[in-house]
Amino acid sequence: MTTSLLTADARTTKRNKAEARFKAYGLGAIILAMVALVFLLGSVLGNGLSAFQQTYITLDVTLPEEKLDKSGERDLAVMSKVTTIGYAPLLRDALIAAIEAQGIETTLSKKDIGNLISKEAAATVRNRVLANPDLVGQTVTFDLLASGRIDGYFKDRVTMESAALDSNTSPEALMIADALKDAGMVATKFNWNFFIWADASDQRPEAAGLGVAILGSLYMMAVVLCLALPIGVATSIYLEEFAPKNRWTDVIEVNISNLAAVPSIVFGILGLAIFINFMQFNQSSPLVGGLVLTLMTLPTIIISTRAALKSVPPSIRDAALGVGASKMQSVFHHVLPLAAPGILTGTIIGLAQALGETAPLLLIGMVAFVREYPAAFSPDAGLFGEPAVALPVQVYNWTQRSDPAFFERAFGAVITLLVFLLIMNAVAIYLRRRFERRW
Amino acid sequence: MQSLTLSFLVIFALAIVGYVVARSRALYVADGDIRRLVSLPSQHALNVAMSTAIPPLAAILIFSLYARLTDGQVSWLAGFVFIALAVTGFALSMIGIKRETRARNLAERWIMGLLIFASTIAIMTTVGIVFSMLFETRNFFSQYDWRSFFFSTSWSPNFRGDSALGILPLLWGTLYVSLIALIFAVPIGLFAAIYLSEYAGPRLRSVAKPAIEVLAGIPTIVYGLFALFIVGPGLRDYFAAPMGLGDSALSVMTAGLVMGIMLIPFVSSLSDDIINAVPQAMRDGSLGLGATRSETIRQVVIPAALPGIIGAVLLAASRAIGETMIVVLGAGAAARLSLNPFEAMTTVTVKIVSQLTGDTDFASPETLVAFALGLTLFVITLGLNVLALYIVRKYREQYE
Repeated sequence: MTTSLLTADARTTKRNKAEARFKAYGLGAIILAMVALVFLLGSVLGNGLSAFQQTYITLDVTLPEEKLDKSGERDLAVMSKVTTIGYAPLLRDALIAAIEAQGIETTLSKKDIGNLISKEAAATVRNRVLANPDLVGQTVTFDLLASGRIDGYFKDRVTMESAALDSNTSPEALMIADALKDAGMVATKFNWNFFIWADASDQRPEAAGLGVAILGSLYMMAVVLCLALPIGVATSIYLEEFAPKNRWTDVIEVNISNLAAVPSIVFGILGLAIFINFMQFNQSSPLVGGLVLTLMTLPTIIISTRAALKSVPPSIRDAALGVGASKMQSVFHHVLPLAAPGILTGTIIGLAQALGETAPLLLIGMVAFVREYPAAFSPDAGLFGEPAVALPVQVYNWTQRSDPAFFERAFGAVITLLVFLLIMNAVAIYLRRRFERRW
Repeated sequence: MQSLTLSFLVIFALAIVGYVVARSRALYVADGDIRRLVSLPSQHALNVAMSTAIPPLAAILIFSLYARLTDGQVSWLAGFVFIALAVTGFALSMIGIKRETRARNLAERWIMGLLIFASTIAIMTTVGIVFSMLFETRNFFSQYDWRSFFFSTSWSPNFRGDSALGILPLLWGTLYVSLIALIFAVPIGLFAAIYLSEYAGPRLRSVAKPAIEVLAGIPTIVYGLFALFIVGPGLRDYFAAPMGLGDSALSVMTAGLVMGIMLIPFVSSLSDDIINAVPQAMRDGSLGLGATRSETIRQVVIPAALPGIIGAVLLAASRAIGETMIVVLGAGAAARLSLNPFEAMTTVTVKIVSQLTGDTDFASPETLVAFALGLTLFVITLGLNVLALYIVRKYREQYE
């Protein structure tokens, strides 16, 4: 049998096939990873985008003086004695009147018709009236939140079949909603309040928002930035520029690289034991959350700052020393400004990490249900001492609720979180591209 | 508390005043001619400001720690001492302003002190972690037998007392989830790294590498949500239920699969660095002898990179063991020792969260057990990290 280089023998064919297989495995792995990413982001977007839409009912509500302000003096102290329970029937009657005016026939009881409107709507109207007492006695047009089930119906979460089994709504209620929509009284529009309102109780998912969580996360980021950046930069300068090579600095270095790999929940335990139990800081406060996240992000910032300092060539230091600067001056006047873009990039990435961190915050009590917007400073609680929640913790909280309307909100909150992270990372990448110098 | 706030304000005000006054005093000492000074006025000013502020601030730090330890209150007397310290520093450094004073060296000594203090914070964090957990763990073991903690196979905390708190079912769940995660992440991550560094052209590299790294930047709560609402029900409806393996959406498989996705970029970027560090000459030698590229990779590049890859896998394992949110939302809360991956199981981190959230009573073993769990977790992950670093360091120098 003649052999030729042009016809592959059995062994060569086998080897070539193995080569092709191996290459295909590699490509397959990359494709799998990409598919996972696309599927993850796609399902988050698919489930969460509807959280940014909300269904509102437009109603003309009569605000009778004899119900809301019996004295007729428009005295706020007297008027605020009328609670939301006093306002709810007004809204219900307005809705019934509107339904009759549209000629929609229904067998639904008055109470069930009232349930089309969110329980939060009465509070909205009450706040509007208290802010502007002159409205009493007039008929005012309000955009009122529809209840969670009606909202879900227009987002295809609630169907006629599921409504038939649901004690909180019924197919007739959905039919009324459909008829009102045809009449132009019900509309689904962009929900700015999602970013403003505080969390809401289990019965009113339609009124739940991210306001407190965004504020809490913002406060914590402020704490982290004010503490982690100076401490991290100071540590890096010491270790990179001044520290003698001895056992002590070795201990510090090994320590920092180990801290970077400690599970985040361990930092939560530390925060609980040291900051809350020992130092008696307020539970669920952004201060404690910020401190814990600071300790967590310090290694990240130190590692990137040291890399940035290392990349500044020694000639810069030598030049400064040569014209009479002290070592400290050469570092602070020359090396640090040149390393600043790198440090900033590392800090932003560290902050992004801290923003998405959940586990340690659960342990320091940030899972609490918070309705009040936390103040940055208050005489009782001190700086950042009022209870707050954080964005990722809010997501966790909403997953623990029973009403499925909260799940859509959880995905919406995740989209918000990812948008923040995207912005931060984009800024970091821009800074790196714009200011990075190659020596 | 009031006296502390007041002392802070006084100290800062004094430091600022000191800065301004020292500047003009330095010029005054030099009769208005800056050339007669050894140090610049601004350096004199810096020295005065720091001499004023740093000693009392350090005293406040030490004193408030001490007050916390002894449960004492910060009295007005202490505030007086702090302010006196500030005034002393202010006066002494102000008197020290002379023409020949080397204020730059003095100021830099303070700055050096601050730098050293900052670098000890990392140490203090570690000490704080170890001590806070050791202390509470000791409390726990004084109320609960350590043998039943480490060797008992049942976990059923009961806040009325008489709970069984064995760590074994939790450890089993942790290891099982991590194992599944690594089974997904290591091959995919490794093959992705190999393809990207050995085969891919610059175009694919510039797209695929950042895309995979995006996976690393996504917070774990997002993965948790993904596990809870998408992957869990999906696995149940299309795998577990048809195969008769269970009807739980929360399962070891759910958490493991999602955690595997999270770990892909971790494995791939670490292996990528390691594979790139293998010298090109070794590849060229192998290719020159007639090996195909895949043979070169399997028989030359991978063996050379193996210690680094093992290190990367160990680091990934430590990540998986310490991961919390994915298992809290994806794995379930039932402690059980079972082999079926489609059953809900629980992990050490899940139980730390559940024992420490809500109403906690720091006298009961049911709460304190969380610290023992945390310490166990800390020791395991630290051990893995140290081992990984040791392996990487020991074998890395081979080709340099």
